[in-house]
Amino acid sequence: PPSCWLFCSPLLPSPLTPALSPHRCHPPPSALSTPPSPGEGGEFRKQRPRGTQQGHHLQRNMAGAGGGNDIQWCFSQVKGAVDDDVAEADIISTVEFNHSGELLATGDKGGRVVIFQQEQENKIQSHSRGEYNVYSTFQSHEPEFDYLKSLEIEEKINKIRWLPQKNAAQFLLSTNDKTIKLWKISERDKRPEGYNLKEEDGRYRDPTTVTTLRVPVFRPMDLMVEASPRRIFANAHTYHINSISINSDYETYLSADDLRINLWHLEITDRSFNIVDIKPANMEELTEVITAAEFHPNSCNTFVYSSSKGTIRLCDMRASALCDRHSKLFEEPEDPSNRSFFSEIISSISDVKFSHSGRYMMTRDYLSVKIWDLNMENRPVETYQVHEYLRSKLCSLYENDCIFDKFECCWNGSDSVVMTGSYNNFFRMFDRNTKRDITLEASRENNKPRTVLKPRKVCASGKRKKDEISVDSLDFNKKILHTAWHPKENIIAVATTNNLYIFQDKV
Amino acid sequence: MMFARGLKRKSAEEPEDVEGCSAGAQAMPSYSLQRQSLLDMSLVKLQLCHMLVEPNLCRSVLIANTVRQIQEEMTRDGTWRAVAPQAAGRAPLDRLVATDILCRSVREQEGECPAPDMGDGQPDLVPGLAVAPAAQAPRSPQSSLWEGDSSRESRGGFQKSLDQIFETLESKTSGSVEELFADVDSSYYDLDAVLTGMVGSTSSGPGSGLQAFASAATSPPSSSCRSDLGELDHAVEILVET
Repeated sequence: PPSCWLFCSPLLPSPLTPALSPHRCHPPPSALSTPPSPGEGGEFRKQRPRGTQQGHHLQRNMAGAGGGNDIQWCFSQVKGAVDDDVAEADIISTVEFNHSGELLATGDKGGRVVIFQQEQENKIQSHSRGEYNVYSTFQSHEPEFDYLKSLEIEEKINKIRWLPQKNAAQFLLSTNDKTIKLWKISERDKRPEGYNLKEEDGRYRDPTTVTTLRVPVFRPMDLMVEASPRRIFANAHTYHINSISINSDYETYLSADDLRINLWHLEITDRSFNIVDIKPANMEELTEVITAAEFHPNSCNTFVYSSSKGTIRLCDMRASALCDRHSKLFEEPEDPSNRSFFSEIISSISDVKFSHSGRYMMTRDYLSVKIWDLNMENRPVETYQVHEYLRSKLCSLYENDCIFDKFECCWNGSDSVVMTGSYNNFFRMFDRNTKRDITLEASRENNKPRTVLKPRKVCASGKRKKDEISVDSLDFNKKILHTAWHPKENIIAVATTNNLYIFQDKV
Repeated sequence: MMFARGLKRKSAEEPEDVEGCSAGAQAMPSYSLQRQSLLDMSLVKLQLCHMLVEPNLCRSVLIANTVRQIQEEMTRDGTWRAVAPQAAGRAPLDRLVATDILCRSVREQEGECPAPDMGDGQPDLVPGLAVAPAAQAPRSPQSSLWEGDSSRESRGGFQKSLDQIFETLESKTSGSVEELFADVDSSYYDLDAVLTGMVGSTSSGPGSGLQAFASAATSPPSSSCRSDLGELDHAVEILVET
C-alpha cells in the first residue's frame, strides 16, 4: 500500500515530511522479543522519551502503606467551572500530553480543543514545576447532520493525538465520530507594518496618494496563538471512530471505528486504505466490535486492536493489504467461577496502550487493568484490580448503564507505573515493581496547591473503618474516564466530568 | 447515588425489613425470574437506543449478546417456549423485578422475602408485580415490544426481532420519518462501498465518485433487494453509473 501513494499525489515538502522521504520504516526488533536499544531510531525519535533514559526520580516507589521513598502526589491546579451544574458541552472527552509534555490538550463534548502550556520553570522557586495555563482554544468540530440517516453527528472530540514537533509549529490530530482533522498551532509574535498600498487598519489606500515607497518591516506584537485546520480526513468511516494512532514513521496514521480500521497518509485526505474490516456480510451476525487500536511505538508495520469480547489482535501490515488475519491473538481464558451474564460485557476492552518501550501493552476492561507481554498470547503477565468491589453490583451497573463506561489507562514515562480512573472521582495507580497501589481522589475540597493527596479506600463490605467509603456511597455520576501522564515528569492530568486536575509529585 | 436515574437503592443490610412477610405465602424471585427480568431489561435497553444521535454500536452489540446468552440458556433449560401474547398496553417494565432483588444472589434470597419492601425504594416500578409465582412460565418478551407480531412463533419471532434490531441499527428504519427511507437500500449507508472501495481507481477525478453516488441515490432499488444486492454489485452499479 505505501507505494501506491507515490502515484496518487506528489509528496510535497511539508512540515510533516522532509523532502523526498521514502516511506521511512525501521525494521522492528526481531519478533518483538527484544526491547529497542537506546541507539535505535532516526532523527524523528530524538524527542520521544525512552524507558531506558528516564531520570532516577521516576524510579521511586509509589505511596502505599507509607514510609520511605514513596512518591507523594500533590494537588497542583484545577481547570474548569466550579459549579455542580455541568453544561453538556463542557464535558471533557479526551486528555493528551504532547511528546515533550510542555503542552496538554483537552477535547470536550462541545467540539472544542483547549491547549494548556507549561510555564517555564522558575529557577528561583525550585519547589514547584511550571504551571499549565491556557495556550490556545479553538472549535475543532461542529455538529453535523447526516441527511441520509436522519441522525446528528456529534461534535464531541473522541481523541486527540499530537504529532512530534518538527518545527516551530505544533500539530495535532483531533477526531469526532466521523471526521479527523489535522490542526496546526502556531505562534505569531511579530507582524509586518508599513505597507505601501494599505493603511495600518487594512483599508486600501488610493494609489494616487502614494508618493514614496517604503519596505515593510516586522515589528513585535503581543503573542498570538493561531490554530488552523490543515487537513480534513472525512467520509471514510461509516461507524463511530473510537481511536486514532500515529505511526512511528510519522507519515501515516490509523483511524478505527466499530468495525473497520483505515490507514491514512497525513498528506492525503481523499484516500485511505482499509486495513481491518470485521463487518459481517450479514449485520445480523454481528457479535463483536472493535473498541480501540494503536500503532506499535517503534515498529511501523505493527498495530493492535482490541474488541468487545476481550481479545487483542496484533497485526502486521506487511503480511497482506487487508489485515483480517492477525499475527497474534491475545486472550485470557475465562475464569469459570466468575461466570455470569455480565462476563462478556465486563471483559470488553475499553482502552489499549503500548508501553513506551514497545515491549508490553496494557488493556483496560471494566474491572481490571492487564499488562501483556507481546511475546505471550495466552494470558497477561500482570493483572491489577481497579474496583473489584463492583463485581457484586454488576446488575445495578448494567441497569444504569455504568457497566458500559469506557475507562482509559496510561503509562508513566518509564513504564513502571500505570494509572486508570474509577468512580466517585477516584483514580488508581499501580506500581509494577513494588506491586503497591494507591487510590486518590480528584476533588476541589481540601486541595490547596502543594497539598499532599490523602490515599482513599473503599470498604467493600462489613464494617466501614474511619475515612473509608462504602460502596453504596460511591457517586457513579462522578467518573474519571480520561487520564494522562507527562512523558518525562511525575505530572498527571486527570479529567473529572468537566474539570481538569493537574497533580504532581512533591518536589 | 447508586443510580443515575434516581432509583433509591435499598441498603443491603436491612434484614429487619424481612418481617411482615408471611412465610411461604409468596414465592421468592427465582433464578429464572431474575433471568427473565434481565432479559426484559435488556430488550428495553435495545429499544431505547432510537435517539437523535446514532446509537452506540458497542453497547447495542453487548446487550444483544446478553440477550442471546439468556435465550440460549433458556432454550437449554427447556424454559423457552411460545406463550400467548399479552395485552397490548402492557409494558415489559411491569415485569421487571426490582433491581436490588434481581441483583441479589439466589443464595441470599433463600431466607428473605422482599415483597414488602417493594413500595419504598422503587417508585418507578409498578409495585406488587415484582414477585411472580414461581410456576409462571416466562412470557415471550417481544410480544409487547413489537405489536402485531403476536402471530409469530416466539422462538423464531425472537430471533427475527433481534435481527430487526440490527437492521434498525444499520438502517434506522423505525418511526414514521424513517419510513420515507424504507425503500432505500441499506447498503447506501455503507459509504465504504462507494468511497474506500474505489481506492486505486484513479482514472476518475475525486468528484465523479460522489456524483455517481448521488445519481444512483435518486433511483433506489426496492427494499427487497437489500439482501440480494451485494455491496460489490452495488459499487459496480455506481461505477458504471446506471
